[in-house]
Amino acid sequence: MKKFKKRRSMLYIPGNNPAMIQQGGVYGADSVLLDLEDSVALNQKDSARILVRNMIKSIDFYDTEVCVRVNHLSTPFGLADLEEIVPLQPSAIRYPKTESAEEVGNLLQIIEKIEDRHGLQHTTMTVHAMIETAMGVQNVFEIASKFTRIDAITVGGQDLTADMNIIYTPDGAGIDFARKRIVMAAKASHIDILDTVFPDVNDEEGLRRETEYAKKIGFTGKAVINPRQIDIIHEVFTPTEEEIRKAYRIVKEFRANAAAGIGVFAIDGKMIDAPVVHRAEYILKLANIEIAQN
Amino acid sequence: MLNSLGREIPEFIQGIGTLEPFQGAWTKLRKGWMDEPTIPAPNKAYLPHQNKLCNSLEEAIERSGPHNGMTVSFHHHLRNGDIILVKTLAILHNMGIRDITLASSSLIECHDPIFPFLCDGTITRIYSSGIRSQLGRAIAMGALDIPVVIQSHGGRVRGIHTGKVQIDLAVIAASAADCEGNATGASGKSAFGSIGYAVIDVRYAKQVVVVTDNLVDYPCIPLSITQNFIDHVVVVDSIGDATKIATGTTRITNSPMDLRIAKLAAEVIENSGFFVPGFSFQVGAGGASLAVAKFIREKMKTRDIKGSFLLGGITSYCVDMLNDGLFETIFDVQSFDATVSNSLLNNRRHIEIPAALYANPFNCGCITNKLDVVVLGALEIDVDFNVNVITGSEGYVRGASGGHSDTASGAKLTVVACPSFRGRIPIIKKRVHTVVTPGETVHVLVTERGIAVNPAFKELEENLRKAGLNIKDIHDLEIEVDKITGVPDPLEYTDKIVGVVEYRDGTVIDVIHQLLEKSDYKLY
Repeated sequence: MKKFKKRRSMLYIPGNNPAMIQQGGVYGADSVLLDLEDSVALNQKDSARILVRNMIKSIDFYDTEVCVRVNHLSTPFGLADLEEIVPLQPSAIRYPKTESAEEVGNLLQIIEKIEDRHGLQHTTMTVHAMIETAMGVQNVFEIASKFTRIDAITVGGQDLTADMNIIYTPDGAGIDFARKRIVMAAKASHIDILDTVFPDVNDEEGLRRETEYAKKIGFTGKAVINPRQIDIIHEVFTPTEEEIRKAYRIVKEFRANAAAGIGVFAIDGKMIDAPVVHRAEYILKLANIEIAQN
Repeated sequence: MLNSLGREIPEFIQGIGTLEPFQGAWTKLRKGWMDEPTIPAPNKAYLPHQNKLCNSLEEAIERSGPHNGMTVSFHHHLRNGDIILVKTLAILHNMGIRDITLASSSLIECHDPIFPFLCDGTITRIYSSGIRSQLGRAIAMGALDIPVVIQSHGGRVRGIHTGKVQIDLAVIAASAADCEGNATGASGKSAFGSIGYAVIDVRYAKQVVVVTDNLVDYPCIPLSITQNFIDHVVVVDSIGDATKIATGTTRITNSPMDLRIAKLAAEVIENSGFFVPGFSFQVGAGGASLAVAKFIREKMKTRDIKGSFLLGGITSYCVDMLNDGLFETIFDVQSFDATVSNSLLNNRRHIEIPAALYANPFNCGCITNKLDVVVLGALEIDVDFNVNVITGSEGYVRGASGGHSDTASGAKLTVVACPSFRGRIPIIKKRVHTVVTPGETVHVLVTERGIAVNPAFKELEENLRKAGLNIKDIHDLEIEVDKITGVPDPLEYTDKIVGVVEYRDGTVIDVIHQLLEKSDYKLY
C-alpha cells in the first residue's frame, strides 16, 4: 500500500542559500523543495549543487519531506544535478518543464542507471513532474499515469503564463483551465497535486483566497515561497473539527457495518458508500487520526 | 567566594564596596524585610513663588552645585532618541567636573558620544541596567578602573533606597512640564509615554532638573512627576527624537524565524495551564518575544479569554489588546511608540507606574509579583536555564538586565523565546558567559528547533507534551545545535573585573571580566 504523505505545503528554498536551507526543517512545512533551477543564477549552479548535496547529508530536516528540483536535462546542468543528488535519495526529485511521457521515461532511465551504479533500489525516491508549459498541460494525463514512480505533479504558474504569453492576474483566469486539467490528471492516477506559488508574501487575504480555491478544485497542497505563508496554507488544507468528527463517525460506522456484511448504509439520512468512506479516511489521515481496526 | 550558582565573586571591590553573593532567587525576600537600612530622602525648602526656570541647561547645572565625584542620573525613556544625557555630561565635562558616577536607568547607542569621558576621567563609575554599542565594548575592554554595576529595574530602585547609589543630580527629560516642574512624558511633540523609571531619582536626588521642549501652562497634567521634588526647570529646543524610541533592543519584526518562535511560544502559553480567564501577561522587547503578543491576541479572541493586566514595556500590540477588551488594564513603566503615549494620556485603564511599583523586590508587593506569564528574550541560556542578557558571544557588554530577572522572579510562567543560534553562534550553552537571570526562575525555553522545559516543573512539561508540542531535553537541544554550528572557542579574559551583575535583591549573581584578546585595543 502506498505510504501516505502529507503534502499540504512545499517550501521553496534557493539551493544557493545555506542560511535558509539549514532552517528548512523548522518552519513546519510538510515538505521543502531545495531548488537548483530557476532560483539559482547561472554562475552559481555548481556551488548550489555542492551546497545542496552537503546540506542533505548533514542537516536534520526533522519530519519534513525533502525534495530537490533539478535543472532540465536539456540544460548543461541537468545531468550533473542528477549525478550528484540521486545517490542521496531525497524523498523526491522534481523535474521542471515536463512536457511528455517520453521525457519522463528518459529521465527515469538516467535516474535508474545512477541508482544501479550506487546499488540503490528504484522504489525509494519518487519523482514529481512539474507542469509549466502548454505542451505539458496537453500531455499531463499521460505524464501522470504512465510511470508509478511519479507520485505528484505540480503546477508552475509563472512559467506557464510566460509560455502562454499572457500576464498573470490575481484571479488566475489565464491558468484556470490548466489548473483544472492538471488536477483531473492527478486524480485519474490517484497522486498528489500541488498548486503554484502565491507570489505576494504580504497579501495574506489573497493567499487564503487562492488556497481555498485550489482546495475546492482538488489540489492537495500548495507551493510556498516564504515560511510566513505556511500557516495559512495548512489552515486551509487541514480539515475542520466538524469535518474530522463527521469523518470519524463515517469510518467507525462503516467498519461496524462491514463486519456485519453491509456495504451501503445511511448516516443522518445520507447514503454512505465506498467513495464517501474513502474521502473520510483521507480526512482522518490529514488530521493524524488513526482508528484501531477493532 | 562562590555564589549559589558556582560563580566566583570577590568579597570586596575598591570603589564599590563589600559584595554579597547570590544565594537564591527568593532567599533574601523570605525574611520579609530588607537588611540594609533605607536612607532618608533629601529635605528641601522653597519660598513662595520662587522661580525655578533657568535660561539654559548650563545654568540649571551650575545652580545644582556640580562637584568632582558627583553622581548624575538619567532615565532612558527616550531610548535611542535621547540627547539630554550626552548634552548634560558634555556640559559637566566643559565645567571641568571629574570623577562622575553615571547612574542612568540604561545606556543605549545614542549615548556613545560620552565614550571619551570614560577615557579622560570625567566618568569613572557607571550604574545602569544596560550598556550597549561602543560603551559596551569599551567597558568589556577595561576602559574604567572601577567595574560598572548592572542592576535590574527593580534592583535599581532598591539600590537608590539603600544609598548604594546616592544621586547628587537627576536630569529628567520630559515631553511636557510647567514652570514648577510638574512633568510628564505622555504629551508634547517628543512624547515618549511613561516616565516610570525616573520617579525614584526625583524622590532621592539632592538636586533635580526637569528639561523639556514643551513648557505648558501650570499645571502640567498628568502629574507624572510632581513639583515638590523639582529644583530647576529648563526649556530646550529638543529633548530628543521620540521616533527613535522603538530602536535599540526593541524590534518589531516580520522575520519568518521570529514569527515561528513566537508562534511556538504562544502555543506553549496556551497549553501551559496558565492561559485562563484573568491571566496577566508581559512580553519583552526582543523581536521574537514581541511577536508573541500578536499570536496571544489571536488565541484570546478565538478562545474568548479575557485577561487581567498587561505589564511592563508597553507596545502598540498591548494597546490594541486593551482596546479590544482582551485585558482590563495596562500597567506601563515604559512605552515604546506614539500610539502607546496617546493611550496612556487618554485611557484611564492605561496606568503609568513607577519602577518601584513595577519591580522593586523590597516593598509590600511589586506588580511583577502578580504576574502570571512573561515572555523574555536571551543572548544565551545554559543547560541549567540560567540566562545571559548582558554580554554577547564576543564578550562585549551589549544588552540590558532591564526587567528580565524581576519579571522572571515574579511570574508563574517564564518563557524564554529565542533562536537556537544566531549567525554561527549557538545560544544554548553548557554555561553562559554571564548570568543575569537565574535558571530557577525560568520555566521553559522556546526555540525553532524544540521546546525545553526546566525539569523542576514536571506538571508544565506534562501539559505541553499532552498538547503535542515538540519537547526536548535542553542537553539534547544543546548538542543538536552544536552539531550545526560547532562549538565556538571559549573567550579569554584577564583577572580584572569590569562589571558586577547585581541580582534584584542586591546580591551579586555574576561578574564580567576584561576580555584578554581585546586588552590592547586603543580606546581613542
